[in-house]
Amino acid sequence: MTVLCLIELDADGPADASLRALTFATGLAGAGPAGPAPVAAVVFGPADQVPGDMLAAYGASSAHVVEPGHLDGYAPRAWAQALSGLAADAGASAVVAAATDRGNEVMAYLGALTGLPMAANCVQAEPGENGTHQVVRHRWAGLLLEEASLAGSPGLMTVATEAVPAAAVAEPVGTLAVQPYVPTLSEDDLRVRATETAGHSSGASLATARVVVGGGRGVGGPDGFAPLEELASLLGGVVGVSRVVTSEGWRPHRQQVGQTGTKITPELYLACGISGAIQHMAGCAGAKHIVVVNTDPGAPILAHADYALIGDVGEVIPALVAAVRARSGTS
Amino acid sequence: MEIGVCVKRVPMVGGKIVLTPDEQEVDTRLSGFTISPHEECAVEEAVQITERLGGTVSVLTLGPPEAADQLREALALGAKRAVLLETDGREWGPIATAEAIVAEVRRHAADGPGYDLLLCGNEAADTGDYQVGIRVACALGWPCVTGIKGLEITEIDGQATARARREYRGGEETFEFGLPAVICVKEGINLPRYPSLPGRLRAKRATIEQAEPQWRDDGLRKRSLRVPATHRKQATVLGTGGDGVPALVGVLEEWGLLP
Repeated sequence: MTVLCLIELDADGPADASLRALTFATGLAGAGPAGPAPVAAVVFGPADQVPGDMLAAYGASSAHVVEPGHLDGYAPRAWAQALSGLAADAGASAVVAAATDRGNEVMAYLGALTGLPMAANCVQAEPGENGTHQVVRHRWAGLLLEEASLAGSPGLMTVATEAVPAAAVAEPVGTLAVQPYVPTLSEDDLRVRATETAGHSSGASLATARVVVGGGRGVGGPDGFAPLEELASLLGGVVGVSRVVTSEGWRPHRQQVGQTGTKITPELYLACGISGAIQHMAGCAGAKHIVVVNTDPGAPILAHADYALIGDVGEVIPALVAAVRARSGTS
Repeated sequence: MEIGVCVKRVPMVGGKIVLTPDEQEVDTRLSGFTISPHEECAVEEAVQITERLGGTVSVLTLGPPEAADQLREALALGAKRAVLLETDGREWGPIATAEAIVAEVRRHAADGPGYDLLLCGNEAADTGDYQVGIRVACALGWPCVTGIKGLEITEIDGQATARARREYRGGEETFEFGLPAVICVKEGINLPRYPSLPGRLRAKRATIEQAEPQWRDDGLRKRSLRVPATHRKQATVLGTGGDGVPALVGVLEEWGLLP
């Protein structure tokens, strides 16, 4: 009873979110009543770009590759058709993907094409009775956890990757077998496909940045963000903002951290002038450390932080920039 | 352009989510209700498209009788027609919800021109299932794309085309396809307007069409809800104003985060 795991590729290998999903899939495959089941990675791209060693290190025992000659680029319904065919061939017990835009989309298509239920944003899963899966999944973007029973074979799940760290396995397979797969596709499967991708930044993205300097209402206005940008760039990070900042039009929505923005997983989230509505906390709960700069010692965000500095963002952040520069000799 | 927008009534949660004693629901005795944020943007987007191209915006919801409030919110923002798919208050899963919407879309098509476009929010704020729009589209044989933060609809010789964009790894990816289609949008696609006074008055008087679809089991059965444990405690205050900066620099150094 194989577990299939969709692997998305970045420019330089498997996406971090996909390795986290692979860790989840490996845990699920290992929890079967009949002993560990194999985990097969599914990759869309040229066969020579399948990151075999990495996939093996995180628990895959084989990989299926759908090459551009058969399906070029991203087409969600076609990807779902390929997963559906592979799952049928392998008699898969579960199909898993990271809960990225693409992962949720492909798995929802797979659910729609097969008529099976799909559990989005799972953080735990184990096989239950009669082919069901017992899952724990996010509701309210992780502010609540739902314990649920998922029917259907295969069990379809996406993984809330900000809550599931990637972990290498103790005994990876020596050489990962890579098998080409040719999906059977109809015209309907290809009506929606990405026609162009543009503007890939080489710098850190909000979702993957090691440091995020967050700004909220307390930054005061669109002009108050320059010191935050400066600090973020000094620390090799990026700026994120609260919902009020984007709804006031101070900063673009792509910088929003929270339930309806981006979920972040940095080493440090430095939240400046942010009171900490729970919808915002849903986006930054995956941060390793949270430090708050706020004039209000009673702000709710202090109940979720490691350290706080009580003061005005406009005073504290320039002082911090100067101190960091002095410390590292870059002034 | 006939546009249907699917919205969901969800609790308006503030500082904290509190559960009912049986751990089955969010305790809403003290909270209000609202439309999920992505869907508020879907309503705005639909209104903007019909302002440009003409046509009508219908707003659909599946929920208890009180969900008429959320339909009226959307009417106040410029939707012209409202349909309540009334439930007995039970939670509906995405498969059953999609079936009820599909039935409504087919009823609407039987009565007239039918929808050219259905807009949904990317995911509901509460259940976060990420799939109703796609299930509706597949049942209708329409294309669907999700996570959309930029949308242009063009009409040439009666054939409408969508060009939809979403964020992808610090850049964007673009999808183009003909209508009819289902498009699931995210907050950030626009800034929703505030309801006007005439809009509110019109919404108050508007007739709401109704249907009563049948609930069915969905295959994903909730057993219980809980608030996750957090490892964080109240923050240690390092100081006030600039005085705290040296201590913070020390902490950043300890964490290995200084350049």
